[in-house]
Amino acid sequence: MQLEYFLLLAAALFCIGIYGLVTSRNAIRVLMSIELLLNAVNLNLLAFSNYLDPAGIKGQVFGVFVITIAAAESAVGLAIVLSIYRNRNTVDMEQFNLLKW
Amino acid sequence: MNGLEVQLPGVDFGTMGLAEGVQFVSFILLGLMMVGAALGVVLLANIVYSAFLLGVVFVSLSGLFILLNAGFVAAAQILIYVGAVNVLILFGIMLVNKSEGFSTIENAWLGKVVTGSVCTGLFALLGTMILSTSWSLSDGLVAGEDATIVIGKHLFSDFLLPFEVASVLLLIALLGAIVLARRELVPDEDVAIAPPLTLPERPRDLAQAAPQDSLP
Repeated sequence: MQLEYFLLLAAALFCIGIYGLVTSRNAIRVLMSIELLLNAVNLNLLAFSNYLDPAGIKGQVFGVFVITIAAAESAVGLAIVLSIYRNRNTVDMEQFNLLKW
Repeated sequence: MNGLEVQLPGVDFGTMGLAEGVQFVSFILLGLMMVGAALGVVLLANIVYSAFLLGVVFVSLSGLFILLNAGFVAAAQILIYVGAVNVLILFGIMLVNKSEGFSTIENAWLGKVVTGSVCTGLFALLGTMILSTSWSLSDGLVAGEDATIVIGKHLFSDFLLPFEVASVLLLIALLGAIVLARRELVPDEDVAIAPPLTLPERPRDLAQAAPQDSLP
């Protein structure tokens, strides 16, 4: 087991998340892609924590914080999506141009 | 620990011992499961399947965390992500899902191709960076089973301020989500008769009878 395997896996997950973030039309799928990105970061943090700092494991503390922030982000994001859906009656990202021009 | 190093007869793990072989095989399985489920999350057309596959991604990530000697974070991952975030997303889908066909955009495939190539290039860049860097691996003592104790000591000594800030942030996010998702009050309604300690709110049938033809 090597550090590079975990880092490559996290990089793959991150790239998949970015692809979904950019190309999704459904707002909820965008939120799911953001969760994928946060999980890729978490995997990176824990891999570094295990292989570079196995005694202090500060990376695991950061992982717990990332999970906390992700939960808060998901709740607020879904509330925003619900609010927009109630006003615009759609979840299409292409029609969310209220702040665009 | 010598008992774990015994080679199975007939099974050749190369230079690896049995424990490392099991770790490697479970890493391969969990990695394949995670990448496949993540691709399903992004690419499948039905968003309900995407939400369930997101749960598969979280569970296999939790397995990978166990492989990284992070049992506490793995348990937190299961509890928070699978138990809370995924359920929240499923509720969001059920509240929002209209199964509408999105209006087609011209040259939508071009954006997908460009994004896919950019993401592949980013992955290639990250991969070469990862493989060409000589990481300064530590061969010190592994916290292992004591990881939870060490995390608790960190959280209440040198990470105490971020810990408290995180609790305040969770409170703010809770209140913000409630205020954002609440049905808004119609302005000319009589607010004075609202009982104390309640937020004035638009009645439900008004929200459902929202005019659909007022959209652009």
